[in-house]
Amino acid sequence: MAASQARKAGLPIINLLRVKGMPILQQLHLEERLLRTSSQNWCIINDGTTRPTIVMGVSGKAKELLETDAVLRDEIPVIRRFTGGGTVIVDQGTIFVTFICNKDAISGLQSYPRPIMSWSSLIYKNMFQGIGEFSLRENDYVIGNHKFGGNAQSITKNRWVHHTSFLWDYEISNMGYLKMPTRVPEYRQARNHAEFICRLKEYMSRSDFIDGTMDSVASHFALRSLDADDIQNSSSQFEPSSRILTRQELGEEASMELVGTVSQISYMAAISSTCPTSKIA
Amino acid sequence: MALRMWASSTANALRLSTCASKSPAFRAFSTVLDDLKYASSHEWVKHDGHVATIGITDHAQDHLGELVFVELPEPGKEVKQGTGFGAVESVKATSDVNSPISGEVIEINSKLADSPGLINTSPYEEGWMIKVKPSNPSDLANLMGSKDYIKFCEEEDAAAH
Repeated sequence: MAASQARKAGLPIINLLRVKGMPILQQLHLEERLLRTSSQNWCIINDGTTRPTIVMGVSGKAKELLETDAVLRDEIPVIRRFTGGGTVIVDQGTIFVTFICNKDAISGLQSYPRPIMSWSSLIYKNMFQGIGEFSLRENDYVIGNHKFGGNAQSITKNRWVHHTSFLWDYEISNMGYLKMPTRVPEYRQARNHAEFICRLKEYMSRSDFIDGTMDSVASHFALRSLDADDIQNSSSQFEPSSRILTRQELGEEASMELVGTVSQISYMAAISSTCPTSKIA
Repeated sequence: MALRMWASSTANALRLSTCASKSPAFRAFSTVLDDLKYASSHEWVKHDGHVATIGITDHAQDHLGELVFVELPEPGKEVKQGTGFGAVESVKATSDVNSPISGEVIEINSKLADSPGLINTSPYEEGWMIKVKPSNPSDLANLMGSKDYIKFCEEEDAAAH
């Protein structure tokens, strides 16, 4: 124990919050609150979210990125998150790992997108030795040339957040809600979603991935494990910006105004009713 | 602008140059203009009587990469020295932009809505972000001149891995 404590000397402290099934909107609100109001470093691991949910980047346009008729028909929630980047559809098969750090937390790391992205890949690199050809390809985590993890960031004056959604498993039918984006990485080479992405579960078990991630984080930081009760709403005045888009924002016709009002109420009720209490892993 | 491979931080520090004219130097160098003031968060301000023009520096746009979206405040909004007034989005990241001085926003660069890349290609001219009516003349004393800003950037890049 004394040896490990000595090893931790000099490493930055990070609060580790491990949860299971936290709704993605709740996770995003927590992340933004910690980014803007906390002065500590955080690692959040959320093992799967609840219902399938589409999450767009801060400037995403629904009509350009989504098959909005199908999204509206099937009442898939669409969230605009506070970080940049592209569009994902997340569900119980998605594992989320988030780092929220002070800009001087990691020695020699500049608080810009590319250095943070490169540093983040170091967390996972060793986990795939002998398992798969892991690399950071442009801004994606890939095995070979198949993407299994998408990244996004938000950088403030003194802090940054880097979060990743890992495709441990996914429903190929859900990818049908997403259009081929106009801005794609060069290595994608016009492949459709099914040809472009891969399932992490084909390479390692869910628990091995999460445990391996925690072990890796522990080699870069001095871990302090917390649970959700430790961080409940200490800054109640903060208003997060990530939100669910309305049906009108998804392009529902204005002529359907009365029907739309009723459907919006039932749509929001349906989304709200499927937010079970998140479980601490 | 195509996604670029990032140069090492030391090489980037060596590429800084000053330019006395309003036109930026050849794009291979991160340019610093002598007649501007600079914040440590890499924004510039040009004071012109009762109006100050604000944007992000060439060093900043180079490190951020190709910009795809710019969020600006509405005219009439108050900005405060050192606090955020908007954001820029590069391919995967949003980055806060902080005001180097305090004052009232009187104009925003509407061209950035359709052409956010102007900040990459012309950070000190066509890529200006907001114009402000300054409220505190002493704000300028807290900012760096061109030589100090170059030194600041060199030290920041040298400290990086």
